[in-house]
Amino acid sequence: MSQVRNQTATPTGNGDSANVPAAADPDAERKREIKTLERRLIVAAVLTVPVFVFAMFGMWLKAFVPMGVIGFFTNPWVELVFVTPVMFYSGWPIHRTGWLALVHRAPEMNSLVALGTAASYVYSLVVTAAPGILPPSAREPYYESVGTIITLMLLGQLFEAHARLGTGESIRALVNLTPKRAHVERGGRQLDIDAGQVEVGDIVVIRPGEQLPVDGEVIDGSSSIDESMITGESMPVTKAKGDMVTGATINGNGTLRYRATKVGRDTVLAQIIKLVRTAQTSKAPIQKLADRISGYFVPGVILIAIWTFVIWWLLGPAPQGLYGLVSAVAVLVIACPCALGIATPLSVTISTGKAARFGVLIRSAEALQTARGVDTVVLDKTGTITRGTPELTDVSWAGDSADAGETSGSSDDASRNAMLSLIAGAEQASEHPLAQAIVKGVRQRGLEAPKADSFEAVPGGGVAAKVDGRDVLVGNNGLMDDRHVDMKASDDVETTAGDYARQGKTPILVAIDGTLVAVLAVADTVKPDSAKAIAALRERGLQVVMLTGDNETTAKAMADQVGVDRVIAGVRPERKAAEIVRLQNEGHMVGMVGDGINDAPALAAADVGFAIGTGTDVAIESSDITLVSGSLTGLVTAIDLSRAAMRNIKQNLGFAFGYNGIGIPIAAGILYPLWHIMLNPMIAGAAMAFSSLSVVLNANRLRGFDPKAVRPRRFAFKPRERHVELGEAEGTAAPGKPVGASSDASDTNNHNAKAKEGTTMDMNMNAGASTVKDPVCGMMIDPKTAAASLEHDGQTYYFCSQGCADNFAADPAKYLG
Amino acid sequence: MFVNAAVVLAALVASVAIIWYFFAPRKAARAGREGEVQTARIVVKGGYTPQVVDVEAGTPVRLRFDRQEDGECSSHVVFSDLGIDRTLPAFETTDVEFTPSKPGDLPYACGMNMLHGMVHVLPKGAKGNG
Repeated sequence: MSQVRNQTATPTGNGDSANVPAAADPDAERKREIKTLERRLIVAAVLTVPVFVFAMFGMWLKAFVPMGVIGFFTNPWVELVFVTPVMFYSGWPIHRTGWLALVHRAPEMNSLVALGTAASYVYSLVVTAAPGILPPSAREPYYESVGTIITLMLLGQLFEAHARLGTGESIRALVNLTPKRAHVERGGRQLDIDAGQVEVGDIVVIRPGEQLPVDGEVIDGSSSIDESMITGESMPVTKAKGDMVTGATINGNGTLRYRATKVGRDTVLAQIIKLVRTAQTSKAPIQKLADRISGYFVPGVILIAIWTFVIWWLLGPAPQGLYGLVSAVAVLVIACPCALGIATPLSVTISTGKAARFGVLIRSAEALQTARGVDTVVLDKTGTITRGTPELTDVSWAGDSADAGETSGSSDDASRNAMLSLIAGAEQASEHPLAQAIVKGVRQRGLEAPKADSFEAVPGGGVAAKVDGRDVLVGNNGLMDDRHVDMKASDDVETTAGDYARQGKTPILVAIDGTLVAVLAVADTVKPDSAKAIAALRERGLQVVMLTGDNETTAKAMADQVGVDRVIAGVRPERKAAEIVRLQNEGHMVGMVGDGINDAPALAAADVGFAIGTGTDVAIESSDITLVSGSLTGLVTAIDLSRAAMRNIKQNLGFAFGYNGIGIPIAAGILYPLWHIMLNPMIAGAAMAFSSLSVVLNANRLRGFDPKAVRPRRFAFKPRERHVELGEAEGTAAPGKPVGASSDASDTNNHNAKAKEGTTMDMNMNAGASTVKDPVCGMMIDPKTAAASLEHDGQTYYFCSQGCADNFAADPAKYLG
Repeated sequence: MFVNAAVVLAALVASVAIIWYFFAPRKAARAGREGEVQTARIVVKGGYTPQVVDVEAGTPVRLRFDRQEDGECSSHVVFSDLGIDRTLPAFETTDVEFTPSKPGDLPYACGMNMLHGMVHVLPKGAKGNG
């Protein structure tokens, strides 16, 4: 009668485990299971309580209860009638599973309980039916033990079933985030369709307060969006044209139109659900150990029970047989490792589900366990500590001293703002990342960018434009020379430009109507909460290392700003993994934080790889733990949660094994020779049920985890001296001397390096050792984040944008001087 | 005195029997062939029968879990090394398919981690012991 369900799965788990119906199905079965368990438990409790109460406390109840009632309930035949349904109806699942497991030669906890209750029941049956064959002092039945053990066991199972249903809830909470409806524009009409029917390329319309149905790219409108359900970041994010948006996030007050780029199972939310599901079924190494132990546990306990009986038989007081049997049964029952089976999985499921709500995606239980042991955190600079995109950081006007920056007198402000507008107007038409950064920076200062009357992009130089009737030049030295700009203030400007370059920024000159007026600096900027997160990590006793391709001076400046302990400077991208290994060889357990795509080898080399996800582009596959919000505070949460979870698991295993470790010798009667203390099988059963209960309650404490409330336990604030060192790369350049743009150390020879120094963009020559210069525009870029790269004469050159690469490809000689 | 000796002897025999019963090597079932796919039927009833299945690396494997019971415990089968967690509906046969890439052991368990089974992945072309 079996019908075949064809379900397939691939070894990587890319199967259909993420779809929603699969989530509903097991829960329904669990609920049914809970219902039956409850029914069996009620029967067991109702029938056991009177037998238990009168058997245990009969003599104390004489004052309140007529003697006849007590006599009735302590009659062995009456007890037999009460307890038999408990044994066979309520205890059915326990016996069935237990005996079948024994037949399968894979005994587990139910086997122990089945053995124990069966022994008690058969013994009591003999007492009831044929007391004559037993010595007078051994004619006491143990029906109440049978009933109590089964009742408590069922209670424990019910707790467990509820707990498991509860952890299914963390998945359900995520599934419930799945959007239901979508408004899309198709064929000029706006349709209201099911969110599951949105296709890639559809234009989705979002009104105020609505939930976004799928992932996509904004094409129109702007609004602030609450992404907390995905990133854990409570601050809404402003989205405008060109920004990526994520399904399941909630729109604020604006209206948006966006083009769907990922739908169905490809959305960030679907991937998160899949990931959490896989993580929850994975096993922590600590659990594999527990599994191995429990495999030996059951046969071991049966052996102990047999020899307990033998020792009582040989050495015990009369009646030896009874004492022996009671002790053997007590051993079987108390040894039940029921709590062991749930000790680890329960904590793992709760904490991975919890982590997902804070924007921390833990890939496996192993990652959760390993993250706890990490003592050194390596942070990649670009994209991890910093935003990874260029921004306009400084504006220095000709005539001002370099440090004065923008703080000069207000009388000039109006004219300067007007000039900034002109600059933005000139740059507006350029697709170059530097130009875009400048336009954005000017807009952020509340200024408008007027439309340019004419515009000319000068490859390798900058732009020349006419804005509001004025000639505006924005670019490098070469451009200024070509256009015969009056360099009156050039000394001043060159000093400032040199300063910027030394700080790792890209200086850009501006001339208006043939006169040099300003130097702008564009650079990658530090994320606002990086310093705070780094301080929190150090507070937790972690060594924080920054890995960067910058030279020592630049790296030191950054290190001072964010407060890391140790800086490894001048590391080429391909050497990052080697630096991780070097730290591991120093005896550290290393967690590497980097951007998931470009740092993949380093992330893989580290004990735990943390990938910075950028909301829509979740590089889940490449790391052990993904920080969806992109903020380093997620790392702190991940570490805190890992520590809390592992602490919890150890406590659970302590509870599970602790009861057994103490209980077995006592049950065997080790205290008897000294104090005549024995463990009644019933007390043993209660202790066993209590161990399950403690584990469930303890694991549930993790639900209350709040990253903000974590107080680091270790205040070992070792005042480490800030320590800057160079990466151990072959061919690492001496500070201040640029290495060519080669990515391969063996290709770098002095000749090539010299040739590079002769390029037109001399101002940048002090910038980083492995940060390389785009030979076309002179922008300082990190090869790993480069938009394009080209091979020429055995050298690899990196470019900030495809535009620069195209220009280079057209005529390399022009840019290589 | 004679009774005591008998009890000790019985206990010894029982101990040896228990150790043999639980720790003796298990006979593995060899997965059969259905065209390109190695197939094995595994009965799920208080445990997995056969408990150990031999398969060959590099060829797709289809395990047909025939679940002849209901209840919570065996309602999932979890291959933690493969990241597979499959729901086994009661009284139905559910297929789990994967292709083992390299020789080794692939343990699996029920959702509550109480029932255990094992897939032995043998090198390509190797002969199983069952």
